[in-house]
Amino acid sequence: MALRGEIPAGRQRYYWHNARVSYLAVTVVGHDRPGIIASAAAILAEAGMNLEDSSMTLLRGHFAMTLICAGKTSAAEVEAALLPLVNDSLDVTVRELPEEADQPSLGEPYLVTVHGADRLGIVARLAGVIAAAGGNITDLTTRLSNGLYVLVAEVDLPVAADVDELRSEITRVAADLGVEATLRPVERDEL
Amino acid sequence: MAAPDHVLSIPGQQVDPTDHAVVELCADLVATMRVSPGCVGLAAPQVGFSAQAFCVDVSDHPKARTTHGLIVLVNAGLTEASRNEKAREGCMSVPDLTGDVKRATKITVTGQLPITGVFVEISADGFEARALQHEIDHCAGLLFLDRVAGAHAVHARRVYQSAPAS
Repeated sequence: MALRGEIPAGRQRYYWHNARVSYLAVTVVGHDRPGIIASAAAILAEAGMNLEDSSMTLLRGHFAMTLICAGKTSAAEVEAALLPLVNDSLDVTVRELPEEADQPSLGEPYLVTVHGADRLGIVARLAGVIAAAGGNITDLTTRLSNGLYVLVAEVDLPVAADVDELRSEITRVAADLGVEATLRPVERDEL
Repeated sequence: MAAPDHVLSIPGQQVDPTDHAVVELCADLVATMRVSPGCVGLAAPQVGFSAQAFCVDVSDHPKARTTHGLIVLVNAGLTEASRNEKAREGCMSVPDLTGDVKRATKITVTGQLPITGVFVEISADGFEARALQHEIDHCAGLLFLDRVAGAHAVHARRVYQSAPAS
């Protein structure tokens, strides 16, 4: 535990010489092939940018990666360094982010699952219901496979939220959409 | 101790359960577990000692099925394990993350009791089985992070809740 006023150990190395540390959001999207992550990570390491949080997956076979990196290299320089990755089928963007303190969660984590025949507006309608209840989606995956649509979302619900009310609203909207939906608390074993 | 502290990632040494220092360590583990709200188990590496000693007590936990009350074991290992089940685990030594981990729900553990060094065999199930495997892993230098179920099985936790979720 860091004492008040101390720099947390994990962050210490960024404060050398009081240089300004920038946080950059990098997205890489396009045709998948082996080695994209290796190349991008090598370029970022070379630029002195430390990969912090990143997420990569294949979306309908397309490579899709978003990451936040921190360091003293500017967004423009990092974008230029990543240029060799860019081609007709791979797109890279770099954007500076304001440093954001981790938002303390105000509520409890819940899991929403939805599956059913694909149709327009499933995510829009259900996310709308969740937002109206003050819920914040912290993780979302949707998959479409041969007409079957699947949605899994982790949602932080405010302590004051009426979970039963939200559940019946989700059930109502799901029935309207002709899909199956559940809302349940994320169970966690503290060991 | 919290990750990435090295002591959490090296296999703990086998120790002599009759050794006074080991008995003291075990007493320390139990005392620390008792004063930590919501804590159902603690292993020696978590308090900075690379040794195969841990304690578990799930008797007050709402998810526990059968329970053996306070268990304190030295040089313990899993001899039987079956019926895997996936659940999300949190650990005091990895305070900001949780992870989905598959563990056996029916196990047999053998180990030695502190002070006497007597060998015992314990059969446990459900939540107690998960807690025992988690602590035995600590003694082997393994965290739940070493066992997560997939690339999307580690989750950020914005608030550490020491008390079990109701």
